[in-house]
Amino acid sequence: MRDRLIFSAQLIFTLIVAAFLVVPAGMSITAGVTANYFRGIASGVTLQWVAQVWELYAPTILLSFVIAFATLAVTLIVGVPAAYALHVRGGRLSRIVEEIITLPLAVPGLAIALALLLTYGSFGEFRRSWAFILAGHVVFTMPFMVRSVMAVFATLDIKTLDEGAASLGASPWQRFRNVIVPNATPGILAGSLMVVTLSLGEFNLTWMLHTPLTKTLPIGLADSYASMRLEVASAYTLIFFVMIIPLLIAMQMFADKERAR
Amino acid sequence: MSAAAGHGASVRIENCGKTFADGTQALEPATLDIARGETLVLLGPSGCGKTTMLRIIAGLELPDAGGKVLFDGKDMTLVPIERRNVGMVFQSYALFPNMSVADNIGYGLKIRGVAGKERASRVAELVALTNITGLEDRRIDQLSGGQRQRVALARAVAIRPGILLLDEPLTALDAALRDRLRGELNRLLRALGITAIYVTHDQAEAMELGDRVVVMRKGAIVQIGSPREIYFEPKNRFVAEFVGAANVIEAPLADGHLILPGGRQPVDPAANLPAAVAMIRPESVGIVEARTAPLTGIIDSVSFVGDRQRLVVSGAAQKPLTVDAPNTIKLKAGERIGLSIAPGAVRLLPPEI
Repeated sequence: MRDRLIFSAQLIFTLIVAAFLVVPAGMSITAGVTANYFRGIASGVTLQWVAQVWELYAPTILLSFVIAFATLAVTLIVGVPAAYALHVRGGRLSRIVEEIITLPLAVPGLAIALALLLTYGSFGEFRRSWAFILAGHVVFTMPFMVRSVMAVFATLDIKTLDEGAASLGASPWQRFRNVIVPNATPGILAGSLMVVTLSLGEFNLTWMLHTPLTKTLPIGLADSYASMRLEVASAYTLIFFVMIIPLLIAMQMFADKERAR
Repeated sequence: MSAAAGHGASVRIENCGKTFADGTQALEPATLDIARGETLVLLGPSGCGKTTMLRIIAGLELPDAGGKVLFDGKDMTLVPIERRNVGMVFQSYALFPNMSVADNIGYGLKIRGVAGKERASRVAELVALTNITGLEDRRIDQLSGGQRQRVALARAVAIRPGILLLDEPLTALDAALRDRLRGELNRLLRALGITAIYVTHDQAEAMELGDRVVVMRKGAIVQIGSPREIYFEPKNRFVAEFVGAANVIEAPLADGHLILPGGRQPVDPAANLPAAVAMIRPESVGIVEARTAPLTGIIDSVSFVGDRQRLVVSGAAQKPLTVDAPNTIKLKAGERIGLSIAPGAVRLLPPEI
């Protein structure tokens, strides 16, 4: 009897917390398909706002994904070998480099953006292209990739595996490809998941770095909130959800499958 | 297995020391020659520098300036491990979790560009040699400790290395398995005829496997010799006590005898010293009738350990002596016994440094 009571209380508490998060999301989504938000759902259901958002922001949404996957590509190409080098080499210098890579976690995005603007703002072509935002996103997401890969290395004793492969005649590149990367896969997947979602949702930095022609999803969202009907902004949120949730689930499933292997 | 025989290289390390970045000296400059086909054991407690020396030979550590590593007379000091053609068995085995047993064993051959068919037959040969038939397709985490050890060994010798390096390969196993694998390893090393350098802190492994044993302590070589030499003729107290059980006693000497509380013990008459530190192995002490014996003591305790009984005898020397007696004599604590020790079994050691 007492156990049941405790269980029910826990269940109710959990449901309340979940509702606290889910209800606003639901409200926002329904607002996006309501004909007139102020008259409520009774005014009718429509996809006109969604269509309008798509018309206005399709390039923005597309660019967001291009930037997210470009960020992923850069963090993979740079971050995984960096994690390997930092782990195998060890020592004080490696610790310092690791701290520097991690710094963007503590420094506000606005400050990073300001520094990038001060340094590269005068390189017109670069400043105007989406590569500028890409640079910001890489700086911001790199620690997540490096850290999650290094965490796997630490549990695997990758240094001895590396030495084992070396003793069998494998060159550094062969070791990296045949032994390091396959064994670091869980960390690489976890890192990739973080990098893509962080890049897609990043606002602070991107807001400072964007130009009217280089906007990403969250910037477009802020834009629509600030300048358009509430229904349009909500429809935008709906599109954001539809875009990002399947991506998240797919990557999570991929990661789970890899881990179970 | 003749396929890999005759591939051994000779090794010489010249003046190889190792000081780490933080200033600790792991190894004092040492020079050592290892003959082709010889099994050399580096023996010592943890922190004695034996693993550092192995890693310098492997090419995983660079010796301090002035140190040189030569294989068959060729300077290999700056050659990285992947081009030294050494096989290495690590204490943790370092097997690749992302590959099957067969792929692990064949990895070095694959790197060397050996074609699939030849590789498969070579892997099969090694699987048979190391008694792991049937496990080829297993994943590494599906293997027991002993099986992993065999896979690691098969993988290391698959590449027909000139030198096989083994870093405490049996330490991670339980005692019974360790004994069995030690015997197997010994037969395998003899069969391969390969030059092997074996690091261990276990004196039983060193005795059984080594053609020669290098005893190390605090980064320095203390003694080099055959297992018999280091056991019967230890150079100092450290070697005497580290290699096997030993009674080390200090006593004055008078006309060829140690003067002990329990009597007089003859020693090698050539020793003409006023006092000595002497080492007596427990098994070299014979039990005799107390009345006629030159040296007597009282049994403190008797522990029956199966193949022998271990006695602690007090009153004979300044401190209690450990004595191994045959398991058939009836002895009990409190009894007075005579001790008979051949003069040649008393090893006089230099005074303590």
